[in-house]
Amino acid sequence: MTAELRTEGISKAFGGVHALDDCSLTVAEGSITGLIGPNGSGKTTLFNIMTGYERPDSGAVYLAGQNITGASAQKVFGLGMGRTFQLTRIFPRLTLLENMLVAAKPSRERGGLLARAGGTVDRRRARELLEFTGIDQYANALAGTLSYGQRKLLELATVLAADPAIVLLDEPAGGVNPSLIQTIAARIRDLNARGTTFLIVEHNMEFVMGLCHQVTVLDYGTVVAAGPPEIISTDPRVLDAYLGAALDDEPSPDGADA
Amino acid sequence: MTSSAVRSPAHRAAGAPGHRTLLTSAGLVVLLAVFAIFPLVYSNPLATTYGFDALIFIAAASAWNIFSGYSGYLSLGHAVFFGSGMYTVAIGAQDWHLTGDAVFALLPLAAVVAAAVAVPVGLVALRVRRHTFVVITIAIFFIFQLMAFNFSFTGGTSGIDAPILNWAPGTYNDPFYYLAMVIAAVTLALSWLIRRSRFGLHLRAIRDDEDRARSLGVHPMRVKLGALVVSALITGLVGGLWYYFIGAVHPQSAFDPLFDLQLALMGFFGGLGTVFGPALGALILEPVQQWLTVQFTNDYLSEILLGAVFLLVILFLPRGVIPTLGERITAWRSRARDRSVSETTADGGAAPEAAPPDLTAPGTSAGAPASRTAGRREGTPS
Ligand SMILES: Nc1ncnc2c1ncn2[C@@H]1O[C@H](COP(=O)(O)OP(=O)(O)OP(=O)(O)O)[C@@H](O)[C@H]1O
Ligand SMILES: [Mg+2]
Repeated sequence: MTAELRTEGISKAFGGVHALDDCSLTVAEGSITGLIGPNGSGKTTLFNIMTGYERPDSGAVYLAGQNITGASAQKVFGLGMGRTFQLTRIFPRLTLLENMLVAAKPSRERGGLLARAGGTVDRRRARELLEFTGIDQYANALAGTLSYGQRKLLELATVLAADPAIVLLDEPAGGVNPSLIQTIAARIRDLNARGTTFLIVEHNMEFVMGLCHQVTVLDYGTVVAAGPPEIISTDPRVLDAYLGAALDDEPSPDGADA
Repeated sequence: MTSSAVRSPAHRAAGAPGHRTLLTSAGLVVLLAVFAIFPLVYSNPLATTYGFDALIFIAAASAWNIFSGYSGYLSLGHAVFFGSGMYTVAIGAQDWHLTGDAVFALLPLAAVVAAAVAVPVGLVALRVRRHTFVVITIAIFFIFQLMAFNFSFTGGTSGIDAPILNWAPGTYNDPFYYLAMVIAAVTLALSWLIRRSRFGLHLRAIRDDEDRARSLGVHPMRVKLGALVVSALITGLVGGLWYYFIGAVHPQSAFDPLFDLQLALMGFFGGLGTVFGPALGALILEPVQQWLTVQFTNDYLSEILLGAVFLLVILFLPRGVIPTLGERITAWRSRARDRSVSETTADGGAAPEAAPPDLTAPGTSAGAPASRTAGRREGTPS
């Protein structure tokens, strides 16, 4: 098992708040790994540090073995790590198709610097991904006209456009209706089957336990447990720190499909 | 993946915009022809002066839009580049003792100098966003005006007079007019090309959400600075030409706060970030302003009226003429289409989510290729 993404002893404080405290975790290549923890436990901060939006006070981030600590967000993306945001972010005044083409590499078709954005290949791929996420009928509409759930799908699709090796999702199911949650889970599984690694922050336990191969639990900025979902969901420390009443009934391994 | 489902929406999408492009190009050719013939019909120097002014501002407002409209970074300091262009030509002609037509050879230099000025200006100003950015551009503007007043090589308050051109008075304006026309046309073409390019897409992504754009591999500083340099290049070129036409340069006319307000007003009026909006704004507002200046010889009154126009535009056309018109047309078209669709298909409510207008083609019966669409129709009734 090789590590696609690994952090080593990350600490980060905002003023007096210790958002992360000696946080070390590993995301195995080809896995779907869950990252859970109570509100304010540092999940989003860890995402921000891993993707170049924040610098850690100490510690290091490794992507496919390469130390990327302190690299810029655009550099990290270029190295094959994509992310979504807890508060969904799309480009509202661009069409869906244009949203999809932002991440496209410079086109090698003729026209040079002033060539039309997105070559034939990029456009075809953009179409396919929009279709894959089920929003292709709006391809030429402005993204700002989409519903909240559709925006989540578009955000995911745009990240996938550049074919990243690993994708970090911050609450992909948050505020989304149940049927769409299932669509999102199914898409993540499809992509994972084709080799994309995922690290997912999510409060919806059914979703996490049904989807993830491994789950890491964060509390007060520190990893308190890590393991397969069956073990995590019964670990007394985890129940104590976080899950509590949320997991009264046994989660089925493929709960998200139910 | 299923190729049929991929192909057909692309086909459908190609229809309408292609039609629109054709119409737009036809309109532009006509407009260009009108501009080309204008001095032949109205050879009166006053008319060609109006025409020249309008063309200069079409170019300058479109250049401003390439940076401010596409990136969303509102610059109120573009006079820095305009003035740099004016002074470049003035100082060059003076120091190198150029006279007559030879002075026109300095125009490319005006563009290059303005572009070079944009690099440090951008590196400083583009570190901040929104309101802070606007304030910084104004501050930089005043620094340049102060420098023009106080340095000796600018001629201080007395400025620098242009060499005299021995052209026939009757057709004196014509070379200026046609040169401005070429610059305006090239600027609009460039603006169109940039907007649809990857560069332009990145600019517009930055406008919508700069931080998010970074997570998709956009390099904001490179892109913004690139746009500012292109914008400054054209503005400097236009400034150089303006210098000749006016025949002199002074700190107040080279670095004029009104110039910045005019560009912004034209952009807002026509539609910020659209290709043709700022040009439309210039075409309408510049003659109006000239007329006001002539009507009210009192300088302040025309400026107050210009300010009032600005307020009216912000209040009643917050997004500009072109986007507002576009919306009306789209809404009207989709209403017309809805009518025709509900006539042809029995089950009218085919789209469960609020379908954004503009994409589902009218002839749904011919299309309906995506198996998912068909499935949805059978499965979910809503
Ligand atoms: N930019 C910031 N400035 C100050 N404090 C911050 C900043 N970002 C995060 N924090 C604090 O750091 C702690 C961790 O926040 P973070 O957003 O990482 O938590 P989270 O696990 O993502 O929570 P949630 O589940 O609510 O999204 C919180 O106490 C938060 O208030
Ligand atoms: Mg969070």
